[in-house]
Amino acid sequence: MLVAAGFGAFIVYSLFSALIWGPVFNVPYETQGYLSPFFSPLIGQGILPWWFSPAVLILWIPLGFRTTCYYYRKAYYRAYFADPPACAVGEPKLHTGYAMEARFPFILQNLHRVFLYLAFIPLFFLWLDAALSLHHDGHWRLGLGSAILFGNAFLLTGYSFSCHSLRHLVGGRLDCFSCTRRTRVRYSLWRRLTGLNGRHMQWAWLSLFSVGFADLYIRLLATGLFADPALRP
Amino acid sequence: MPDATLRVYRGTPGQPAHFQDFQVPVDEGMVVLDALHWIQAHRAPDLAVRWNCKAAKCGSCSTEINGKPALTCKARLSDFAPGETIVVEPMRTFPLIRDLVTDVSWNYEVNRRIQPFTPPADVPQSEWRWQQQDIERVQEFRKCIECFLCQDVCHVLRSHETDNLFIGPRFLVRAAGLEMHPMDTADRLPFLKDEGGTGYCNITKCCTEVCPEHIKITDNAIIPLKERIADRYYDPFRMIWRRLRGTKAPAPAPAATTKA
Repeated sequence: MLVAAGFGAFIVYSLFSALIWGPVFNVPYETQGYLSPFFSPLIGQGILPWWFSPAVLILWIPLGFRTTCYYYRKAYYRAYFADPPACAVGEPKLHTGYAMEARFPFILQNLHRVFLYLAFIPLFFLWLDAALSLHHDGHWRLGLGSAILFGNAFLLTGYSFSCHSLRHLVGGRLDCFSCTRRTRVRYSLWRRLTGLNGRHMQWAWLSLFSVGFADLYIRLLATGLFADPALRP
Repeated sequence: MPDATLRVYRGTPGQPAHFQDFQVPVDEGMVVLDALHWIQAHRAPDLAVRWNCKAAKCGSCSTEINGKPALTCKARLSDFAPGETIVVEPMRTFPLIRDLVTDVSWNYEVNRRIQPFTPPADVPQSEWRWQQQDIERVQEFRKCIECFLCQDVCHVLRSHETDNLFIGPRFLVRAAGLEMHPMDTADRLPFLKDEGGTGYCNITKCCTEVCPEHIKITDNAIIPLKERIADRYYDPFRMIWRRLRGTKAPAPAPAATTKA
């Protein structure tokens, strides 16, 4: 129930923020040198019509990455599909002709690694945004917004590097770890990613929360509700 | 210590089944299997219970205790709340033989369908060498005691008519142990994708939750197998790369063979 509520809340908020908050309520996604992570990297500024959110051009990547993520699959199969609702309990009668990830559409979950490759693009820009936010209007500053953007980039990096597919690609697909110098290096990386992978669920939730919180902070900052506390040399 | 109340499933196929309550005197350190033995000795000598080692190593005493698949020899009576009724039932995924005993022979038929360990034919066993890091993953899978609790709890086998389509977590673990073995040369991926039905697993991790040997079945066996299948059949970049190199599918990885 908590999982269903958590996902549901994030989906509703992210859709509202990405598609409605700007065009309808005229609240910008970029303010005081801070760019909302939903819109990074910013594409099509000045070209797109006012009603078309540039987030649409980016959000499909993290959305696809999370939708096909092994942790989220477990969570939403249980929470939304009740397949199964929990372990060792009955299932709704409508679950007939079960094939799950052996047939369309869920066979597309096998494309998780494609979204993994793509996810490193916005991740790079999130680090870049956080770094660029340290310099605003010709002056250096260390604002709360920058700290939030760095924290968000860190958590998203943890989520991406703890991915099961990355763990496989780095070394899991090998049968012999000790055979060559190259496979020994890959084994070392695989072990480190295996350690991260053990907490993939925690990375998933924390990064989901952080990306939503970073967006909310920047939006509220843009409304003038409060000022960004910052240290300036 | 107060007596424990056990509610035990009684029945045979084709006959109406029922639950029978027993009050069992409790001694320190008793497990559910001890209580069932007490019932056999003092109240119901015809109660059918399968067991062997009583040390959580033979995998014989699998049942469902309060609805959760578990070994009766590992379930301590002291872990239940005082006065709580302990309900003991047979595993629901497998056909009932009598009372708490089920017919698990389907698992052995599945096992025979998996290509066994296939070392390179041209390397004598005396020359086989590998390092601990090569075999760690396989050693985890070798801890399996074949209790079939993972098969019992798996909703694909339990709730769907997929006996002939999906081999279940136990045999995905076995296949993973073979596929990851540094000396194995067989290619089981086509079998695992099609006949083995790896795609039927929707990674809900119930198998991992009930494993008495704490094998990380989903994370360390099933997901890596799904990824290997994705390598071969679903990764568009690898497909393009293979086409550019003029190979249809990657050759099996070379075995560790004579590496010192």
